Amino acid sequence: MSENTATASPTGRAAGTGIAPRRASALLGSAAGRNTGLVLALVLLCLAGVVTAGDRFADVSNVLTILRLASVIGVVSVGMTFVVTGGGIDLSVGAIVALSSVWATTLATQAMARDTHWLVMVFAALAVGAGCGLVNGTLVAYGRVVAFIATLAMLAAARGLAEIISNRKTQIVDVPGFTAFWDTSPLGVPMLVLVFAVVALAGWVVLNRTTFGRRTYAVGSNPEAARLAGIDVRRHTVLLYTLLGICCGIAAVMIIARTTTGSATHGGLYELDAIAAVVIGGTLLSGGRGTIAGTVFGVLIFTTLSNVFTLNNLSISAQAVAKGAIIVLAVLLQQRLARRSGG
Amino acid sequence: MARTAVRRLVTVLAAGALLTGCTSNTPEAPPAQETAGGGGANAEPGEKVVIGFSAPAADHGWMAAISAAAKAEADKYSDVELKAVEGTNDVNLQISQVETLINEKVDAIVLLPFDGAALTPVALKAMEAGITVINIDREFDSPFASRVTVRGDNYGMGISAGTYVCEELKGKADAVVAEIAGIDSLPLTQDRSQGFADALGQCGLKVNNRVAAEFTVESGERAAANLLQAAPRIDAIWNHDDDQGIGVNAAIKNSGRSEFFMVGGAGSANVMREIKAGDGLLKATVVYPSTQGADGIALARLLVQGKGLSDIVEVEVPRSIQLSAPVVTQDNVDKYLEAAFES
Repeated sequence: MSENTATASPTGRAAGTGIAPRRASALLGSAAGRNTGLVLALVLLCLAGVVTAGDRFADVSNVLTILRLASVIGVVSVGMTFVVTGGGIDLSVGAIVALSSVWATTLATQAMARDTHWLVMVFAALAVGAGCGLVNGTLVAYGRVVAFIATLAMLAAARGLAEIISNRKTQIVDVPGFTAFWDTSPLGVPMLVLVFAVVALAGWVVLNRTTFGRRTYAVGSNPEAARLAGIDVRRHTVLLYTLLGICCGIAAVMIIARTTTGSATHGGLYELDAIAAVVIGGTLLSGGRGTIAGTVFGVLIFTTLSNVFTLNNLSISAQAVAKGAIIVLAVLLQQRLARRSGG
Repeated sequence: MARTAVRRLVTVLAAGALLTGCTSNTPEAPPAQETAGGGGANAEPGEKVVIGFSAPAADHGWMAAISAAAKAEADKYSDVELKAVEGTNDVNLQISQVETLINEKVDAIVLLPFDGAALTPVALKAMEAGITVINIDREFDSPFASRVTVRGDNYGMGISAGTYVCEELKGKADAVVAEIAGIDSLPLTQDRSQGFADALGQCGLKVNNRVAAEFTVESGERAAANLLQAAPRIDAIWNHDDDQGIGVNAAIKNSGRSEFFMVGGAGSANVMREIKAGDGLLKATVVYPSTQGADGIALARLLVQGKGLSDIVEVEVPRSIQLSAPVVTQDNVDKYLEAAFES
């Protein structure tokens, strides 16, 4: 990954990474170094899994289970990477997932889906997600509400609305085409995992290989400089939140497929899981630096951790302690490796 | 003597409550029936009774059914006026709601506290003000805080589920039993698990794999997906809660496993319909009556009007009523289906 090259944006922030020679190698080194820490953590976890649970861990179906579990939160985290890189934060992702899942599975939507096509449900979820993201973005960019507060408000409102619409009941999906589609596994890869892979890949390309991505880095590291460089910062911010909203919509569709339900309780604490994955992945919480690959590793580390713990019949509480320790260790390790390879 | 009476009362009441209770969620609800305790002369309209009702937010099927059943019960009596306040999970808000009810000088308060200990002082205040307090489900700290306690039997649920599993697995000494618990930090979850372990111990079995979810569909799916990887062969699963059971079912379906049978918990209508159909892995569920609030209303009316329970010999309504936790199987499901709650 060469995320760092992208910081060589109009902001001049890249100066911090390499003033002197060694530029190219240092850049490459630090980028690889950042991910080495994560890869190492993941490998260690897998080793622990193989040692303690042997065949049950290394089994193909177990690996697919881990990937399936990582898919939903993974899609949200990829979107979150954009917003955080752009200098923002979104606390409402879990609530948006809940609202989208409820909206897409009301009796009316399901009836319409049965009459026409199951894609109606997908469209509903994406539209609701995009709408919520648009509101978040507009409040932050044009309303000048601090992102933390604007999205906190959305967190409360979206989950409340989800409860009102669903009447706090679990809405069971009965649209044959929808369930059938998500049950397929093209080339042996479950559809959910495939969607996650596509979203992650698309996210990587957009963040690293497009103008949109470069602008995201610029806006995140120094919005004023970005504005002077001719970037419409406010419009870009709205787009970032909307993008995350769409990711939440996709995640909602995935959770509907996984559980065959829509519910106001879906997506509980996704905001924390997503932010944790993004941050241990190496994205700066203050913006300006972000890595999709790191985020994907972050998600995989957490999911593998809970899988290894369950295989060994350990309690949820022990798992929470380990999760906390891993967040700290991964960040410390990353800093060390990045500093060493960065000179 | 008194003990036999209480035991008989419990059985009668539990059965009666299950038969009548919450039907408001099903549109084709039959006309109201008479409660077991409220039959005969007790059903005759007496002096007007104003009953306040407060419960936690109806954020899941069971809790929604509690409030709905309580309202339906109040509607049955021409001499009862119900003042139901909006459900809340905020202890402070619930305390102030009860204070309002005290100020309004209601005759009785039926209270399902979000946290029994936290609501004890305000319940004491109500009792001191001469209001009859009926404590539902989650117990107060002080015996002076309520006139009657109506509660379910969490430990008994575990016993019922464990005994059923023992019967079904008779003679299989090496059987693998798995447990999917609810929120692990709650005393009710610990009671259920303890009962389950104790009952299994009676027939030489134990819980081989245990995971905990959070009573939500999504968490049930996640926990079950990992559990199925952890245990390559399972003979029986007890899932504490039918709401999270929807997710558990989805995970089982994804895994394609079918070598075990499953027992549910709480007793949702969905699950009972599945048991009735008899074509799935779900063979039984253990009831945690969602009609406790309704029992509370009926008892509050009797207490204020100075009546006793006509089916037992005691002059006064008993201090404490613990409901039983029956096992519902295909053989007896018709008896319980009507009182089951929609998730």
